[in-house]
Amino acid sequence: MKPAAFDYVAPRTVREAVEALGAGRDAHVLAGGQSLILEMRLRRARPEVVVDINRVPGLGRLSVDGGTLRVGALVRHDAFEAAGAVPGPLGTLFSLAVVTIAHPPIRSRGTMVGSLAWGHPASEWCAVAVAMDAVLELRGSGGAREVAAGGFFHGPFQTARRPDELVTAVRFPLPGADTGAGFAEHRRTHFCFAQVAVAATLTVRGGLVAEARIGLVNAADRPVRARAAERALLGAEVVLPPAGHRLPGGHPFARAGEIAATADAAPVAEPYAGVDYKRHAVAVLVGRALRQAAEDQRSRAAVHRGGHR
Amino acid sequence: MRITVRVNDREYRLDVEPRRILADVLREDCGLTGTHLGCEHGVCGACTVLVDGAAVRSCLMLAVQCDGGAVRTVEGLAGRDGEPHPLQRAFSAEHALQCGFCTPGFLMAAAGALEADPAVGEDPERVAALAGSGICRCTGYEPIRRAITRAAREWPRPAT
Repeated sequence: MKPAAFDYVAPRTVREAVEALGAGRDAHVLAGGQSLILEMRLRRARPEVVVDINRVPGLGRLSVDGGTLRVGALVRHDAFEAAGAVPGPLGTLFSLAVVTIAHPPIRSRGTMVGSLAWGHPASEWCAVAVAMDAVLELRGSGGAREVAAGGFFHGPFQTARRPDELVTAVRFPLPGADTGAGFAEHRRTHFCFAQVAVAATLTVRGGLVAEARIGLVNAADRPVRARAAERALLGAEVVLPPAGHRLPGGHPFARAGEIAATADAAPVAEPYAGVDYKRHAVAVLVGRALRQAAEDQRSRAAVHRGGHR
Repeated sequence: MRITVRVNDREYRLDVEPRRILADVLREDCGLTGTHLGCEHGVCGACTVLVDGAAVRSCLMLAVQCDGGAVRTVEGLAGRDGEPHPLQRAFSAEHALQCGFCTPGFLMAAAGALEADPAVGEDPERVAALAGSGICRCTGYEPIRRAITRAAREWPRPAT
């Protein structure tokens, strides 16, 4: 189908964009448009006004300030494909996650902030945002405010964003070099959304887990932090499991996966993925993401030591 | 809404409704029917074109978004003298098409990637990601992978 008729505005400043959003009509923000235009074609979205923010200068900025990364609302997915685009373990996590998002021609238009604002239950960036304690910056007619990713998602396609607000950027704290990152997801085919996706980081000091972060998507009605699994990992000795897909039963990563599946996940049944199936997928994928994070941490530590010899 | 778009280095002044999709405007208003529409959902990739140098799904963009911009379609690949583009030669040599419906999309996705970075051809994972970025029901993708790799080898390098 073709989209229903709408009015189109292309503001040149954030202020104009916010004014257009707050004018009392049903308005949608167009950034990458890779979800919105599809929904409009299916006529599940029929906005009266489309506010195209692509001509607002400055929203495409990607910057590092001290220990914080700031991603503007127009930074496209493909900006994170190069390993060095973002420093340290966060860059590794982004580069692992981004290649699981759709295809190169979608990643050249779609944006990270757009994915967060859209709040699709299977969005990879939502897993990363909750795991890494991202903070969203919003601007509305009442002024600017910030919302932590942990409290931003209220359900499928439901967020803390008010109708007159524009998400202008998202900030991530940059983890140090003693952290490793992993990302694992399962989908039926290359063209499907994730049935479950997991973002994980492990911070290791003296061979023990000092901090674990695990974000899950499509494992509940909203993106969740696997807090119980994270707590179970604290202080665990990091012993890399033997090669192969299956973790030994008693391994801390396998245990964390089981805890995430039973205590943290609250899966919603989907066609081809019932609740039990999703719990199993969570257990397996958390284990894989943690293994990858531990390997990444180890190789990062080796490079770090080598550099100081 | 009045817009000006450069398509294949020719300027088009068009009057389009905001809801018109880029692919439809290219086909119906510009008469460039080389851009094919398969799923119209952003999945199949047949409609892929270059917008300001980046490969995009023209079924998931509004034509008004391209006001002042530059679009390149499959018609803009061959040289002025009709000489086929290195990608077109490679697709022919490797039998990377049979019915040809998906081919314009694969050509443009590969053209965008190789123009940005010809080294893509040396990385099997990135070539596979390109070959996997559309749907082809004839070839089984392997010839498309080979064609992209071949074209990358023959890619015109800047004189050093």
